[in-house]
Amino acid sequence: MSIIIKTEHLSHSYDINSKDEPAVRDISLEIEEGSFVAILGHNGSGKSTLAKHFNAILLPTGGKAYVLGMDTSDESLTIEIRKTVGMVFQNPDNQIVANVVEDDVAFGPENIGIPSGEIRQRVDEALKSVGMYKYREHAPHLLSGGQKQRVAIAGLIAMRPRCLVLDEPTAMLDPIGRSEVIDTIKKLNREQGITVILITHHMGETIDADRLIVMSDGGVLIDGKPKEVFAQAERIESVGLTVPDTTKLLNALNRHGFGLPLDALSVEDCAEAIYRAVKKETN
Amino acid sequence: MLKDITLGQYFPGDTVIHSLDPRTKLIMTVVYIVVLFIAGSWVSYGLVAAFLVLCVALSKIRLKTILSGLKPLILIMVLTGILNLFYQKGERLLVDWWIFHIYLEGIVKAFFMITRILLLITGTLLLTYTTAPIRLTDGLESLMNPLKKLRVPVHELAMMMSIALRFIPTLIEETDKIMSAQKARGADFDSGGLMRKAKSLLPLLIPLFVGAFRRADELAVAMESRCYHGGQGRTRMKQLVMSARDWTALSAGALLTAAVITLDAFGL
Ligand SMILES: Nc1ncnc2c1ncn2[C@@H]1O[C@H](COP(=O)(O)OP(=O)(O)OP(=O)(O)O)[C@@H](O)[C@H]1O
Ligand SMILES: [Mg+2]
Repeated sequence: MSIIIKTEHLSHSYDINSKDEPAVRDISLEIEEGSFVAILGHNGSGKSTLAKHFNAILLPTGGKAYVLGMDTSDESLTIEIRKTVGMVFQNPDNQIVANVVEDDVAFGPENIGIPSGEIRQRVDEALKSVGMYKYREHAPHLLSGGQKQRVAIAGLIAMRPRCLVLDEPTAMLDPIGRSEVIDTIKKLNREQGITVILITHHMGETIDADRLIVMSDGGVLIDGKPKEVFAQAERIESVGLTVPDTTKLLNALNRHGFGLPLDALSVEDCAEAIYRAVKKETN
Repeated sequence: MLKDITLGQYFPGDTVIHSLDPRTKLIMTVVYIVVLFIAGSWVSYGLVAAFLVLCVALSKIRLKTILSGLKPLILIMVLTGILNLFYQKGERLLVDWWIFHIYLEGIVKAFFMITRILLLITGTLLLTYTTAPIRLTDGLESLMNPLKKLRVPVHELAMMMSIALRFIPTLIEETDKIMSAQKARGADFDSGGLMRKAKSLLPLLIPLFVGAFRRADELAVAMESRCYHGGQGRTRMKQLVMSARDWTALSAGALLTAAVITLDAFGL
């Protein structure tokens, strides 16, 4: 597998002159192409700051960031980098530029000079891939939050990126909108092989990730498979993140010799897992 | 409450008028306004009015919609009428009481001016009613393209206009939300004198402005992430194309202009 994003000792201070700690510091990461990476961390831990380095919105004040080997500090590569890595933000209202859905999706391809016939085709494909094709002539401000966010994703897909970075895309959505968006992201990752970097506050959204990175105070605290990370509930809690009670319970039981799976986050799944384990024990 | 603003609103449809190129409609509107000011007789006015009625009929915009668009301008029309009524001197004095002198010519002039405003506004309403705002800005950008040579930032201006149009509903929604929130805390926007009303708007405007700046900031980052880098090298999905219809419409406009000028020359 090739590496799509790479950072080397990346640091960023919003104010270079101040003596405050940088917002992110000394981060060295490699993200594999096609993988689904989740990033978790408390408020102000530097998640957004780090993410904005992945498509050259912010430039490192220390260290380096590379996208497919392209140095993000090289201004002549900025457009190429942004074509490769698309970014979805928290508030869907503030990233939609046009007042017709399909015009908004066309915005990105128009910016990179795609011929008009091909834009039409890309826009239709992109809208279909997020399940918003039948809304193509609607006004975005009349859509639900989840639908708006899917339009925003389509706007990036139409530029044919190889990686999507999503900065808390579900934070302003209701549970239905949230699952619409997460399902769409997972589908794009699975079916089109688009690398996904998902920043979130919801631990539940990270279970299916290939890799989970927990950030704290501008640095990486834990980095591994979601199950390995969940097994370190105390460490996660020590940096102010809440771990679901179910995970804590499973961890406690595992310490006493049970081999329970840690991905049972909901109360039902957890009960089911414990039930099965107890049954096996008594048999 | 704020949602009932109809001025500058677009009513989708698929009539001939709707399908005209926005540039055609913009040019036609300008031509129409000029013709309206050239026209100096009732005959030429009748011609212009007939043309407008034809366009309205073709657009299938309902009379009620047009009347509701005219409503905010009734005051201006009445004032214009009154001013002309009293200030126009003439020969046939009809009313002569205290400081009021009304001549027959005054009545005619007042009628004339009100008709002119009526025709003027209905014509421009028809433009906005039948053209999507984004198409309008596209049309404007394309028409003003030659100005780029004079270093006028045509693309940037058009982009600003279309973004403003895009955010009007969002900001209206936000205003409604803030207003409800302030009302829930006992704010009163409706009573009191002018000063009090203006003061009560302050707690509305401040959060609205702060919010708008935050939005602008986030939007700029989102646009940059989508490779926006100004107008150069940019293509369009929906290109503007002039069809036979557009040329027919423009010829009709030229014909109307010629007819009105001729009528005026003959003093009709
Ligand atoms: N534009 C900015 N100017 C100055 N400081 C900033 C700016 N944006 C963020 N910071 C600071 O950088 C640090 C990291 O912020 P960042 O937004 O990256 O955190 P986050 O993990 O995304 O938090 P959240 O969960 O709230 O989104 C914080 O201390 C924050 O105050
Ligand atoms: Mg953030």
